[in-house]
Amino acid sequence: MDAVFLARLQFGLTAGFHFLFPPTTLGLSLLIVIFETLYAKTKDAVYQRLSVYLVKILGTVFVMGVATGIALEFAFGSNWAAYSRTVGDIFGAPLAAEAVFSFFLESVFLGILVFGRDRVSAKTYRLSAFLVFFGAHLSGLWIIIANSWMQTPAGFRLEGGRAVLTSFGQAAFNPSTVIRFVHTILGGWTTGALVAMAVAAWLLLKGRSAAAAARLMKPALAVFAVSAVLQLGSGHLHSMQVTRTQPEKMAAFEAHWKTMNGAPFTVFGIPDEKNERTLLAVRIPKMLSMLVHLDPEGRVLGLDEFPKDERPPVFLPFAGYHLMILFGLLFILMGVWGVWLQARKKLATSRAYLKLVLFAVPFPYLANETGWIAAEVGRQPWAVFRVLRTSEAVSTVVPAGNILFSIVVFSLIYALIGVAGLTIILRTIRGGPEEPVAGAPKGQA
Amino acid sequence: MAGWDFLRNVWFLLIGVLLAGYAVLDGFDLGVGALLPFLAKSEDEKRTLIGAVGPVWDGNEVWLLAGGGALFAAFPAAYATVFSGFYLALMLVLFALILRAVSLEFRAHDPVRRKLWEAAFVGGSVLPALLFGVALGNVVVGVPLDARTEFTGSFFTLLRPLPLVFGLLGLCAFLLHGAVYASLKSEGVLRQRAERTSLVLAAAFAAAFALSLVMVGIYLPAALKNIPAWFFAAVVVFSLALLVAALKKGRDGRAFFFSSSAFLGLWGIVGAVQYPNIVRAADPDLSLTIRNASSSALTLKVMLIIALVGMPLVVGYTIFAFRVFKGKVRPGGAGAGY
Repeated sequence: MDAVFLARLQFGLTAGFHFLFPPTTLGLSLLIVIFETLYAKTKDAVYQRLSVYLVKILGTVFVMGVATGIALEFAFGSNWAAYSRTVGDIFGAPLAAEAVFSFFLESVFLGILVFGRDRVSAKTYRLSAFLVFFGAHLSGLWIIIANSWMQTPAGFRLEGGRAVLTSFGQAAFNPSTVIRFVHTILGGWTTGALVAMAVAAWLLLKGRSAAAAARLMKPALAVFAVSAVLQLGSGHLHSMQVTRTQPEKMAAFEAHWKTMNGAPFTVFGIPDEKNERTLLAVRIPKMLSMLVHLDPEGRVLGLDEFPKDERPPVFLPFAGYHLMILFGLLFILMGVWGVWLQARKKLATSRAYLKLVLFAVPFPYLANETGWIAAEVGRQPWAVFRVLRTSEAVSTVVPAGNILFSIVVFSLIYALIGVAGLTIILRTIRGGPEEPVAGAPKGQA
Repeated sequence: MAGWDFLRNVWFLLIGVLLAGYAVLDGFDLGVGALLPFLAKSEDEKRTLIGAVGPVWDGNEVWLLAGGGALFAAFPAAYATVFSGFYLALMLVLFALILRAVSLEFRAHDPVRRKLWEAAFVGGSVLPALLFGVALGNVVVGVPLDARTEFTGSFFTLLRPLPLVFGLLGLCAFLLHGAVYASLKSEGVLRQRAERTSLVLAAAFAAAFALSLVMVGIYLPAALKNIPAWFFAAVVVFSLALLVAALKKGRDGRAFFFSSSAFLGLWGIVGAVQYPNIVRAADPDLSLTIRNASSSALTLKVMLIIALVGMPLVVGYTIFAFRVFKGKVRPGGAGAGY
């Protein structure tokens, strides 16, 4: 196993594990703001209890996000030293800005959310909830800025092999930043909202705290349904942008081997990269041209347009992209069904729906991860699209054995954290939203 | 390019400020973590100490992430050389910090593995407290770099006498800072124990400081002619003396101020000796300096704007958080947290 492969594996594992937590934080922090606002408006203690309940879950999720994020701040120096030297002039600033603007904000005010309810006024507490929400989303913006610059680099020129910043505005708001931010945030809202729906569904199925559970379900379902529907639009716009700026990546997403007008959409298939064909393909004629150009006869570039050593691998981007879309469509159906049940006041009693919600909890995580894998593997063989190859971005002084050692230890630590964290979250959920709030110290195990 | 040079100097200073801020803020919770088994004899005492750092450690640790991010943005060549070169040492610190980051939350809510998470908190505090000084000692005394400024040593290159003594000094500084913070936040027997420990650690700090001066005299004699460094050394010595005096009068707040200023004095010495190098190379011509390692003038300017907008906000709400959680921690009482 060579050092490039191991460095990619290490980044993939550590970033992929980390990416379980921030999307959950995005959705849960939005719901906490909603419940704090509802509580302030109605003075109904149930809303406060629900906020306390979600803050406890968020506290554990957030701390796992922090822990697993630490390694990533240093990974570019440790495993990707050549990358850091080549593009550090542009790539370092968003990471530093994320720490300065977001990490401090989130960590300070999450401390107040978790430990400070009886130490600050209700208004300050509500403001703290908003600032955690705001900080989490701002953090997402900075990291998407950094990642989008790798996808569609802009605002720089090459000087002696190094990228030098020419416009911070263009580098930050490069052609893919805004749509990728919207797409990622909506994915986070879907994730956090479904987690909250699943908690409510579990309580309803167990016949516990039925009134509180129903009130937890309603705003969570609203966020979930709206995000799922909006995600269809954002995903569509994102695909159009990828087609425009990274056509070979779109060709890999679709296993679209040859350039043609009126290209079909492959619903299912097994890409055979060696022979440049798709086995067992099920296709909808002209659909791909329609989707990416809004024109059934539109010309879609195929992988054959690109030299072999500049083509992305096809299998993982294809599989990731299609699974993500499948989950996305399922979320829309679940959202519509849920709203329909809610309108007929049958949501709390529809056991079939409640069980589906519980069963579906892994799906938004899978959608986030498969979408991310499609986006990152689809960018290969480049670390920075058409600027720096991944194989030339890696640290040359780190022996493969050291990377392997770190992968083994990271895996062990993350497995331990994952098991313990999930156990704690499940215990918090089992505790229910009925615990008294006023003045009681939280977390006394 | 006078403007560019000015920005490079500013960023040398600002990264020093971020790392010194990290040492002063996260320093006390690393110290409390490392001292937990020695200071706290009962579960109530443990809860007091953990409750004293619980709501603030995360915000404190962000200073390290901000320092790392700023080093990447302002001096990417130094960021790349140090973290790829010190790979295994960095990994050990990361493993420690990751386990430590979850340890308090998990200790409180995962009773089956409570002992494990407590060990993670203690070990995850000791190891970084020791290794930060070792790493700093290496970039100060000089590391073998090749013509491409790539590190050519190994893990064991890092374990030379001066870096090891710096590691010891750093550990003493973290422990002292933690012990003083523990006495500030506790009462009764626990506070007395923390104050006694602080006095012992102040003596250990002084001894390690003297030993460090000897090491610098042997391995980096040019530094002995550095006037600003002697000024900061005086800050360290006076801080220690005033700290001991404050402790003897039971003035914990004042003692905490002086353990902070002792830490800042140490950073001042490092900055004065190191300038304008960021990573000193064994061959001085290959050293990474604020000139050959820096980002472009535009990037440094954008970063300066980010810092000027962002850091006052950070200082503002950090002070706010410390005011919210100020005062003694009482086990089981409101605000005890974990």
